[in-house]
Amino acid sequence: DLLVIGGGSGGLACAKEAAQFGRKVAVLDYVEPSPQGTKWGLGGTCVNVGCIPKKLMHQAALLRGALKDAQHYGWNITQPVHHTWSVMAQAVQNYVKSLNWGHRVQLQDKKVKYFNMKGSFSDAHTIRGLTKAGKETIVTAENIVIATGGRPKYPTHIAGALEYGITSDDLFWLKESPGKTLTPFVFNVSLECAGFLTGIGLDTTVMMRSIPLRGFDQQMASLVTEHMESYGTKFLKRCFPTKVEKLKGNRLQVTWKNTDLGTEETNCFDTVMWAVGRAPDVKTLNLDAVGVKTNSETGKIIVDASEATSVPHIYAIGDITEGRPELTPTAIAAGKLLARRLFGQSSELMDYDNVPTTVFTPLEYGCVGLSEEAAVQCYGADNIEVYHAYYKPLEFTVAERDATQCYIKMVCLREREQRILGLHFIGPNAGEVIQGFALGIKCGATYPQLMKTVGIHPTCAEEITKLHITKRSGLDATVTGC
Amino acid sequence: QEAAKYEKKVMVLDFVTPTPLGNSWGLGGTCVNVGCIPKKLMHQAALLGQALQDSRKFGWQFSEEVKHNWMTMTESVQNHIGSLNWGYRVALREKKITYENAYGEFVGPHTVKATNKRGVEKLYTAERFLIATGERPRYLGIPGDKEYCISSDDLFSLPYCPGKTLVVGASYVALECAGFLAGIGLDVTVMVRSILLRGFDQDIANKIGEYMEGHGINFIREFVPIKIEEGTPGVLKVTSKSTKGNEIIEGEYNTVLLAIGRDACTRKIGLDKVGVIINGKTGKIPVNDEEQTNVPYIYAIGDILQDKLELTPVAIQAGRLLVRRLYAGATTKCDYVNVPTTVFTPLEYGACGYSEEAAVEKFGEENIEVYHSHFWPLEWTVPSRDNNKCYAKIICNIQDHERVIGFHVLGPNAGEVTQGFAAAMKCGITKEQLDSTIGIHPVCAE
Repeated sequence: DLLVIGGGSGGLACAKEAAQFGRKVAVLDYVEPSPQGTKWGLGGTCVNVGCIPKKLMHQAALLRGALKDAQHYGWNITQPVHHTWSVMAQAVQNYVKSLNWGHRVQLQDKKVKYFNMKGSFSDAHTIRGLTKAGKETIVTAENIVIATGGRPKYPTHIAGALEYGITSDDLFWLKESPGKTLTPFVFNVSLECAGFLTGIGLDTTVMMRSIPLRGFDQQMASLVTEHMESYGTKFLKRCFPTKVEKLKGNRLQVTWKNTDLGTEETNCFDTVMWAVGRAPDVKTLNLDAVGVKTNSETGKIIVDASEATSVPHIYAIGDITEGRPELTPTAIAAGKLLARRLFGQSSELMDYDNVPTTVFTPLEYGCVGLSEEAAVQCYGADNIEVYHAYYKPLEFTVAERDATQCYIKMVCLREREQRILGLHFIGPNAGEVIQGFALGIKCGATYPQLMKTVGIHPTCAEEITKLHITKRSGLDATVTGC
Repeated sequence: QEAAKYEKKVMVLDFVTPTPLGNSWGLGGTCVNVGCIPKKLMHQAALLGQALQDSRKFGWQFSEEVKHNWMTMTESVQNHIGSLNWGYRVALREKKITYENAYGEFVGPHTVKATNKRGVEKLYTAERFLIATGERPRYLGIPGDKEYCISSDDLFSLPYCPGKTLVVGASYVALECAGFLAGIGLDVTVMVRSILLRGFDQDIANKIGEYMEGHGINFIREFVPIKIEEGTPGVLKVTSKSTKGNEIIEGEYNTVLLAIGRDACTRKIGLDKVGVIINGKTGKIPVNDEEQTNVPYIYAIGDILQDKLELTPVAIQAGRLLVRRLYAGATTKCDYVNVPTTVFTPLEYGACGYSEEAAVEKFGEENIEVYHSHFWPLEWTVPSRDNNKCYAKIICNIQDHERVIGFHVLGPNAGEVTQGFAAAMKCGITKEQLDSTIGIHPVCAE
């Protein structure tokens, strides 16, 4: 009844939900090895080369901070402490493998057929599956869902980029430490990776041509990168690489242009990790054969509000779809709702508004709703009110940690009701803080309602319920006292 | 501080009666000196002990044996508290609020006598008065309790490591203290008369107790101490009796920490001289929904209020709103419904709204739906820690669009998780709205 191409967050959720309705469901999943030869099991990007290993390595880096703090709290640890990449990597990789296994068991339990094959369209209801060994299987289905996700792009116009660089696909599976690392370009992936690499003690440099975290609130993005700089990550601003060469002894020499000074500079690194964005995995699907339309610029599959493509009975969800957030939870939700509409007599469509997210940089940034720029553009600066505060987490006091970039900002409509348009939080556990507020925003929360909510003391999140200084007032927004 | 904004002539009298062991502290009240603040900091010290163990699994290497030094921690904590005391004094001065470190008591209508440390008395009159004297720990009333036992009033500045400790009580104070003392490596026993965390969701309370037991904290249930005396030199001998029969047990501990409840500081402040009614049994002051006592010019807020919550943010909110009503023509009253709270036990517990028992009682079991889940924080997977111990449940009112009327989460950073859900409950969130909200991945709150 349903064939899902792609066994990632969206694909698996859709397949399992459809199976609940007693349908005959199959999933095709195949991982084309990266240029460096890295491959992995069932589960998709999130599980294998995304959210999961990223958060675990971020945790390893945060624990460095905990070790430093611990001394202030009375624990006697002899400094310096050392980090061994292979211990961490193996622990993370083992956990990921257990998830691969868990997914296979779940599919089996729910009677979903799993094919470790690369799929391509023969016609609108027929898929040709190819195993690694080249064995072919034809699968036909009433409905097909494309959920093949994306893979990191390489800046192939830069000499040496493909041969000598790695991407996030490889970083989490490295058996040996990446050593002195350069991460050119600044999508959240590169900032998060640069953050934890610095945290575990590696010499890390981020190179950016223009602005960090494009699409995110830029004031918050600067605070995040400012913190990373004070934390030890090196930044090469307004620079872009022009070539990568291999030196004797496996080191890499990178040449770049500094657009401010108009000069050309070089330096040596052990690893260059590209994070220039992700490309949708559509090339081998043979979409032309069935006429599934894609966006000419991005290559992503065009879908309507019900996740339908231009071809009847063919749907698409997750990172592969045009105009959707590239997030695991939205793919999962979209997949489940699609299955319910197809087989469960539901008509509920996916709501992509006010999706909360978190960037897991050393000082985390969680947000939901509009950035300040987007709100100004949408409503006009006179029609919005921005409440903000600089606060200090209690745990930072005894630990003597710098809280300069711990900051909260709430963007509201100025008119009487004062509906909340966007909430931004930088600080520890940002994801935990923002999640509940995202629920409130889903209910149309207003500033007065938030002010009626009593805070939990002592936490960082309570500072959100205490916001009262506006940007417009020009007053000092530093929180003082208890 | 709020009243001063409206250019009112304001005075604050603050005085700390020393504990039976002679301990005292500065301006700021319970939360700052002997409550939330030092508690959370010591809880953090305990959490860091756990983090140290986890970090090895994440690739960190350091000395094999790691020990905790009580004095280092206590000194850091006390330094921070000192800075807060100082901060308050500066804030009061800047706002031109008169502050006196003196014990205040009513001597007649509109008149208070302030007695300082040296016994010097002064009289003050005011148009209005606000009583916010809070509470102090209760003692058992048994032989040896005041001579040998400490309370939370003493613990956070104890000039020596408490060592092998007996915590008497099952309040959140008892469990939080037992939790962090064990977390820094001490041998801890908790003596419980009947149930844990009275007033909280009992299903969750039991899970908290189970977790603590599983992590090395001993529990002696259904016993109460009847005598405390000196045992072998440097050690206290505690004799206890069963609540269910005649069994007597004895135990030896370096420290006995009493955490059996708190009593309102209302009985010795001359309230009878001005006719303010207090609850004879509890000492708490009944007020109307504008925090006014039965005497129109006398108000009360905070822990001393009858039938209200003993929480810092509630007291702060009530105080501010009261002043705005008095001097700024505002009408907003303090909203005591759906006030979130968090218990900072080793496994933290965040809650907002009805417990399951209270919901069943109020709405009937057939009219509520409880959704629940165990979960394993991602950060605990690599160190293979406590799989399936974390837990979350929401209680929905079926007759009202499945509105969420109770939220409970047991897991790390419970306070951070709960705060936003409390805001959502304030907006009347339903199960459907909750389901349509996208999760942030990967976090516990999702």
